[in-house]
Amino acid sequence: MARVALRNVTKQFHGGTRALDDLSLEIPDGEFLILVGPSGCGKTTALRLVAGLEKATSGTITIGDTTVNGVSPRDRDIAMVFQNYALYPHMTVYRNLGFGLRERRTPKREVDRRVREISAILGLDDLLKRRPAQLSGGQRQRVAMGRALVREPKVFLLDEPLSNLDAKLRVQMRAELKRLHAKLGITTIYVTHDQIEAMTLADRIVVMSAGQALQIGTPQEVFSRPANLFVAGFIGSPAMNLLRGKAAARGAAGTEITAGELRFTRAGVPDGEIIVGVRPDSLAPVPADAAGPAPPAHPTLDLEVDLVEPLGEQALVHGTVAGTAARSGAEEERAILAEATSRAPVTAVFPAANLPGPGDRVRIRVPPDRIYLFSAATGEAIW
Amino acid sequence: MTTQILAQTGRPAREEEEREPSRFLFSPWHLVLIPIAVVMLIPMAWMLVTSLETLNETRHFPPVLLPHTLAPGNYAAVLQQAPFARWFVNTMIVTVATVAGNLLFCSLAGYAFARIKFFGREVVFILLLATLMIPFQVVMIPTFIIVKDLGLINTLNALIVPNLANAFGVFLLRQFFRTLPVELEEAARIDGASRLSVLFKIVLPLSGPVLATLAVITFLWTWNDFLWPLITIYSPNNMTLQLGLTTFQGTHQTATNLLMAANVMSMLPVLLLFFLAQRWFIRGIATSGLKG
Repeated sequence: MARVALRNVTKQFHGGTRALDDLSLEIPDGEFLILVGPSGCGKTTALRLVAGLEKATSGTITIGDTTVNGVSPRDRDIAMVFQNYALYPHMTVYRNLGFGLRERRTPKREVDRRVREISAILGLDDLLKRRPAQLSGGQRQRVAMGRALVREPKVFLLDEPLSNLDAKLRVQMRAELKRLHAKLGITTIYVTHDQIEAMTLADRIVVMSAGQALQIGTPQEVFSRPANLFVAGFIGSPAMNLLRGKAAARGAAGTEITAGELRFTRAGVPDGEIIVGVRPDSLAPVPADAAGPAPPAHPTLDLEVDLVEPLGEQALVHGTVAGTAARSGAEEERAILAEATSRAPVTAVFPAANLPGPGDRVRIRVPPDRIYLFSAATGEAIW
Repeated sequence: MTTQILAQTGRPAREEEEREPSRFLFSPWHLVLIPIAVVMLIPMAWMLVTSLETLNETRHFPPVLLPHTLAPGNYAAVLQQAPFARWFVNTMIVTVATVAGNLLFCSLAGYAFARIKFFGREVVFILLLATLMIPFQVVMIPTFIIVKDLGLINTLNALIVPNLANAFGVFLLRQFFRTLPVELEEAARIDGASRLSVLFKIVLPLSGPVLATLAVITFLWTWNDFLWPLITIYSPNNMTLQLGLTTFQGTHQTATNLLMAANVMSMLPVLLLFFLAQRWFIRGIATSGLKG
């Protein structure tokens, strides 16, 4: 086990693509660190650099107390699980698990002991004589994990290990991974584009975009105090609603912020163009029996519903409000409905009772302390 | 091919078996194929018939296609008159060594060209491919001089050493290696395997089909090679079969029946190989776009 550090690492591929741009990370011993970001953000490149499968253009990478730039993958004492598992198709599970140990000239008896130990931990005992082609997706995934763990590496690298599993198995394996890490305490770097995996598994999350780390923090920090618009838009599902607005100083009352219908005051916000963000689950319908307007502390919005997605206990209500939409830059695809109108799309999470239907207009309440503000010019969060 | 290998880990594909239920049924293609097959078989049949005729019958015109008396003694005569067994063993040694050499050296070179990044790799590879376009007759004399300077003339090594690797084999293997999922090799390298280990323990075990193809093609080339043995070997004891066959052809008279009997015997191993490895022959020709 060891700590891992990347210092000012830049990776430029032939042809000029800059996959990593001056990335610095400190991963203490035993931490479960997750690199998360949209495809092409450089997270897999970062992992491959730690593994030694790519060479850094500049910067240093250290594992334990050794600088490993130029050290070949086999001498770094790391193990890696690949997205497609990369099990050796011509070997049985037993030989797959033992391959790394045999390559390191471990005595035969010791290989056997460790393979049996790890296969017991992962429940692979009955599969040892099978070949990868005869295994299900989940079993292959476990063999890949086992092959990495059996060597008791200093650092454990995982490249989207759950993305080839079906949804149910993914949830199961996620929990299994977390338990394994708690039990073994191996420093782990995990790459994913799935922010739910990131939130549930990580000790700390690194949100990456365009080769840079935009924010590094615990899942809770990244979720509740996003450093900028990109992180805010990327972390959280469904994504944060974003509206363009203006901030104007109102003397002692603080700064008044307007975004479409939304109007509230907050202290310490510089004047000018800003972006207002609200998470879908902070939005609540104003109860129909509440007479008159909502309390002044809670600004409201008029939501024109155009799609309702029931989820059981709750439902996603998609619609539009007056105002102009803003983008975080983290959108993987465009909003579900085309932005044909000048109104801004908004998604809210409603309790399943008394759901509105498409075409209805609903008043929704926005707790002001749950509103995020970002500078429209730089995208940085304003607290 | 990448997807194919990955699919192997997915589900065992049995499509080939499903596709041939009508193997013995008639198809209009047979009207074309049967005459072609007949044309191809006639020389073989004639060779077999001639090998069982007496010398007089072989000189008869029109040719005797059904001998009046079978003369299997021709075969015994061949074995008596010439060191046929010796030639057979020589050819075997040369062929097996050449095939083994090609499998080893073409794998090493092909893997380097496929996966190891080194300065000038593409240029060297293109140069290597370009040598395929130079006819053997052009390099024959320089090669002869090198072999002579190595002191190998009139030894079996003269037949083996210059042919231990060839550009076509390097090309064939490189193309195949590039289609293997690179993650397998990366996983092995992280697991602690050296480049050579990766090649021998991961890449080659997954390259069975292409290695078989290369082996079969090399076997055939070496077994049938005539010109190179002709210029490097002169003592009968070091001759290969193809060269030995010519000793039945005299300046003034040719014992055609004996020649054909020797031919049949020298063809048998290749025929046997063809029946056993038909699949790899066809694949080799289909994938390389090269005539056998």
